Amino acid sequence: MTGETSGAVVGVDVGGTFTDLVELDPATGRVRLAKVASTLDNQARGVLNALREAGCDLAALGLIVHGTTTTTNAVLERKLSKTGLITTRGFRDVLELGRRTRPQAYGMKGDFTPIIPRNLRLEVPERMDATGAVLTPLDEEALRAAGEQLVDQGCEALVIHFLHAYANPAHELRAAEILREIWPNDHITMGHALLSESREFERGVTAAVNASVQPLLARYIRRLTDHLTAGGYAGEVLVMNGNGGMVSASRVALEAAKTVMSGPASGVMAAAYTGRRSGHENLITYDMGGTSTDVALIRGAEPTVSNEIEIEYAMPIHVPMVDVRTVGAGGGSIARVTPAGLLEVGPQSAGAMPGPICYGRGGESPTISDANLLLGRLDPAGLNAVEGGISIDHVREVFARDLGTPLGLGATEAAAAVIRVANTKMAGAIRMVSVSLGADPRDFALFAFGGAGPLHATALARELSIPKVLVPARPGITNALGCVVADLRHDFVTTLNKPLHSLDPADLHRVFAEQAAEGEALIGKERIEIRSIRHLYSVDMQFQGQTHLLRVPLERPDVDTETLQQLFETAYFNRFRVALSDIRANLVNANCSVIGARAELDLSALIDPGERRATLDDALLSRRPVWFASGDAGGDWHDTPVYWRDHLPQGFTITGPAIVQQMDTTLLIEPGDRATGDADGNIIVEIGADA
Amino acid sequence: MILDPVTLSVIQAGLQQVCDEMDLSFSRAAFSPVIAEANDRSDGIYAAADGALIAQGAQGLPVFVGTMQDSTRQLIERISAGITPAPQPGDIYIVNDPYLGGTHLMDVRFAMPFYRNGALYCWLSNTGHWPDTGGSVPGGFSASATAVEQEGLRLPPVRLFKQGEMDQEIYAIICSNIRVADQRIGDVKAQAAALLVGEARLNELMDRYGDATVTEAIAELRRRAATQMRAFIADIPEGSYPATAWIDSDGVVNEPLKIALTVTRKGDALTFDFTGSSAPCAGPMNSVRATTLSAVYLAMRHIFPEVPMSAGAFEPLHVTGIEGTFLDAQYPRPVSGCAAEVSQRIAEAVFAALVAPLPDRVTAAPAGTSGNFALGGHDPARGRDFVMYQISGGGYGGNADHDGLSNGCSTIGISKAPPVEIMEQAFPVLYHRYALHEGSGGAGRHRGGFGLDYEVELRRGDARASFVMDHGRSGPQGVLGGSDGAVNKVTVWRGGTPYTPPHLSKDQDIPLAPGDRVHVRTPGGGGYGDPFTRAPDAVRYDVEMGRYTPEQAAELFGVVLKGTPPKVDETETERLRGESPLRGIKPEGRRACAGPSPRSGAWET
Repeated sequence: MTGETSGAVVGVDVGGTFTDLVELDPATGRVRLAKVASTLDNQARGVLNALREAGCDLAALGLIVHGTTTTTNAVLERKLSKTGLITTRGFRDVLELGRRTRPQAYGMKGDFTPIIPRNLRLEVPERMDATGAVLTPLDEEALRAAGEQLVDQGCEALVIHFLHAYANPAHELRAAEILREIWPNDHITMGHALLSESREFERGVTAAVNASVQPLLARYIRRLTDHLTAGGYAGEVLVMNGNGGMVSASRVALEAAKTVMSGPASGVMAAAYTGRRSGHENLITYDMGGTSTDVALIRGAEPTVSNEIEIEYAMPIHVPMVDVRTVGAGGGSIARVTPAGLLEVGPQSAGAMPGPICYGRGGESPTISDANLLLGRLDPAGLNAVEGGISIDHVREVFARDLGTPLGLGATEAAAAVIRVANTKMAGAIRMVSVSLGADPRDFALFAFGGAGPLHATALARELSIPKVLVPARPGITNALGCVVADLRHDFVTTLNKPLHSLDPADLHRVFAEQAAEGEALIGKERIEIRSIRHLYSVDMQFQGQTHLLRVPLERPDVDTETLQQLFETAYFNRFRVALSDIRANLVNANCSVIGARAELDLSALIDPGERRATLDDALLSRRPVWFASGDAGGDWHDTPVYWRDHLPQGFTITGPAIVQQMDTTLLIEPGDRATGDADGNIIVEIGADA
Repeated sequence: MILDPVTLSVIQAGLQQVCDEMDLSFSRAAFSPVIAEANDRSDGIYAAADGALIAQGAQGLPVFVGTMQDSTRQLIERISAGITPAPQPGDIYIVNDPYLGGTHLMDVRFAMPFYRNGALYCWLSNTGHWPDTGGSVPGGFSASATAVEQEGLRLPPVRLFKQGEMDQEIYAIICSNIRVADQRIGDVKAQAAALLVGEARLNELMDRYGDATVTEAIAELRRRAATQMRAFIADIPEGSYPATAWIDSDGVVNEPLKIALTVTRKGDALTFDFTGSSAPCAGPMNSVRATTLSAVYLAMRHIFPEVPMSAGAFEPLHVTGIEGTFLDAQYPRPVSGCAAEVSQRIAEAVFAALVAPLPDRVTAAPAGTSGNFALGGHDPARGRDFVMYQISGGGYGGNADHDGLSNGCSTIGISKAPPVEIMEQAFPVLYHRYALHEGSGGAGRHRGGFGLDYEVELRRGDARASFVMDHGRSGPQGVLGGSDGAVNKVTVWRGGTPYTPPHLSKDQDIPLAPGDRVHVRTPGGGGYGDPFTRAPDAVRYDVEMGRYTPEQAAELFGVVLKGTPPKVDETETERLRGESPLRGIKPEGRRACAGPSPRSGAWET
């Protein structure tokens, strides 16, 4: 773990619309930023554009950490490499049958495309039982024939997925050994390799996703590193994983499935880092973009990680990932009046094309963004920059016609109603996320980012009785910042599945020790400097007879069974308010995350100190009328000061109503709220502090 | 008071969140996998006066959409009649009586009075499927029961919690009459705790908006749900739409049961007339009134998912003609099949009736069976008895938008099937196949989805197999010229000899020895539209995927394929589709794989 990192660190994140970049130079404290259009056909071009735009000197850079949506897009759009599956005889349809579900509780329509088509799923004789005992030996001849057939069919990647391979991987290992002789490349994924747990559908889909994005990711990373090398870069490229850690570019494709949800994960990592430095270790992150909103929970500066995430209907990827939930509405969500005369916001979205009316791209449906514009929360002057030449009167007319008339309201009241209904629904969704993770939102601060997050954050906090909102210095580049601050991280899950009373604590301690050693060895292979190694231990437990698991964090690995029972009962009571001391507990999984923490980075220059003004008045851009609700009924226009974020002085205090504008987002501070700044340039809004 | 529509929307969302949080709390804390994993539960808020549904959790089991308001209404009526003691704050009633607004005995309802300022304001209630409530077979699904007493312990509404304290005496009686009683305390506490969560949240909502505002909003939301449903109904052309659906048998008497339905749209209301349906049956395929109504409601909600769940949505729906039929069974008729099977066939009849006037919304028939297979026996290796349940999905119906989904869950459920690996860990069985039921999707312009084909072997010890399934005689109905999906098939291989249950889809206690196998093929969905109009390339793709044979492509879809991988022979296809002797005759003449259909007259009585 002795690395030789020196020079600036670059985080670059490719999103659906923009590629964002942050460069931090630990030696000088200098910060460079860039935001350029993403180039989705070849993301590497956007990355190089961003590096150029920021003025980075490739030869002088020490480290590049990259977040990419290559694999996410490939899975969601099913633009995958041609992949074959070889599986146990009788089970080739597991990937197509799923778990007997439908997409929605109501409505008998539904569509599902299996990740590997049926004609590329072949079977061979072999069978283990649930204990890992061989019932049918692997038919090596049939295996070879199946492999050759898939090569002939033009497959680029291969999955070997046998029943009960988690209990005994011998057949998968032998099959891989044989097939490597005939397979034209390295893209072979064994079912047990990423996820050694029972449940053949989930394990199979995880492996199939991995295989079918592996060649794409490998090609992309190769192309990117070639470009960077040609540009004079000699350092390491690390790639973000969905668990919020990173791995070196040379190894990332091996476990390509782990990158699938890495974009949202890096935003949450940035939130955890920023929050810890700011003294806010318990956060609900709230990332509102154009089409959707992502929510995650951070406790004690550690993001919640789950290994049971389903990225869309019937598409589970069961590797440890930061638990980010998408809760619907975004700025482009469309408002309409139902036949019952009720106002509804979403789930339809105007998306990026045509987008809200105020984008001037031909959108004619009223959206949340348009409502914010009508209420003065977004700068009406911004319309001038729009190509189509949209006037605010036009937006007002649409609101009056589509919403105001059927609801018996004027355009302004209709816009206020859209915001109120949208906020109620989003608050409800955030509440459900926190409750499902066993948390009371009142114990958290709301970390608002994304283009639209800070516009709604104070209202949502009020709705949820959350006392504080934290808005980072650069809300629009949070994911890129997450790349810069991310640690090296490896997660391990080992299934023990034993009643607590028959568990030998020494077995648990040995598992933890093995997990820790394996993680440390992996971190030792990376060529970058780390400050320290941390271990997070936890166990997944349940009462006997239950199927759900409750994760119990452990402060130290060497616990005895009495302590485990006690910790579990406490955690269970805190979560469900039910005490069940008569029933025995099971210990199902032992988990260890090994985290190689990198050197602490100073974030105080994210807002250029040279830009700060002496007084708050000097930061004032303008004043404009902005509409605010008063309680649950009605509201009014308030003459509202608009400040430029970069100009805010040290130690400012702003009393709502106020707006703080910056390049890529707008923060709304409601009447009665009080906002202050901290050393890193974060704004902390205390809800109702000045009421 | 006239409420502005925005406050209304906000309170509607608030009430919904109260229920969703009750659902979540119940599932997460429950022990029974049926509740925790399969979400076989529901939570809601019901009016104090008549039990009318105010709001219900979005992820509740669909079949409970209408039963819980009926159950609450019956409780209210019994209280006012003095049969059941009146509530006090902190009381929670328990009831599972099917004839008092229930389904089968395993669905246990809790109801808690909710007070504001000392007065009863509404009821909070939930239903959870308990893994066992006693009776002749573990799990309660006895295919041969002839009286409800054989199905389990029947509880009238009694106060299990009195002023916040559980009545240990009532609980002791329950525990002495059910299997695996030691784990039920976890479910009981979870079920009660969910109601307490609801109570706290509803109080918060009312504190915030005021009792008068919330009261007015509840009334207005009910009116508006009715308005919305009426608006949808008004788009249906006026007229009568008949349909028939069949249940294979009741498990005791080997004769099909008929659901005769005529849906009539008049004005802005729909009447569902079941006159002509079969008489109450001897076996457990009876439905009770609450379940029959609920099946109609859930079918309508599948058709119009936009209408919020509220008593108002049900107001324009009138169910008639069930008296004296098996759809309104009275004590002591056995009813274990009502929630899982009969309700799905009622929904199928509703779909079949309304697909003609609503061809864009309604699908061809889905598989419509829960596919309950139970295996109970002794595992000598572990020295203990076991009971294994396998539920399975089937194909969904083709529809205006696309082909039917394969291996979808039951119409009335939202539960996942357990993985093969988990089953093999827990029970002494070995699956030889878990595969697509090839050829099972009913042919159509948009074909039905495919069913499941599994075969499982007993490895050691001895066991008895029981089945409560359906659609063994006739497949899920194709519509608008589409063919029926394939039938459900059960074959038990004992000592190498095949055995087919006389009732095809239902049987009980078939003894199995090590090496014996159970082979189940579940129904495919019905086809939608004339299969001869299906895009030839879509037919070719299905053949390339091995879902149909080239022979089936020609016979069912009129598409001629040549070569490997198959290519469409356009000339031959055009000739076949143009000259098919099947052209011009009723589409029922072309069936995917189904046997003779009741609609051909074979079982008409």
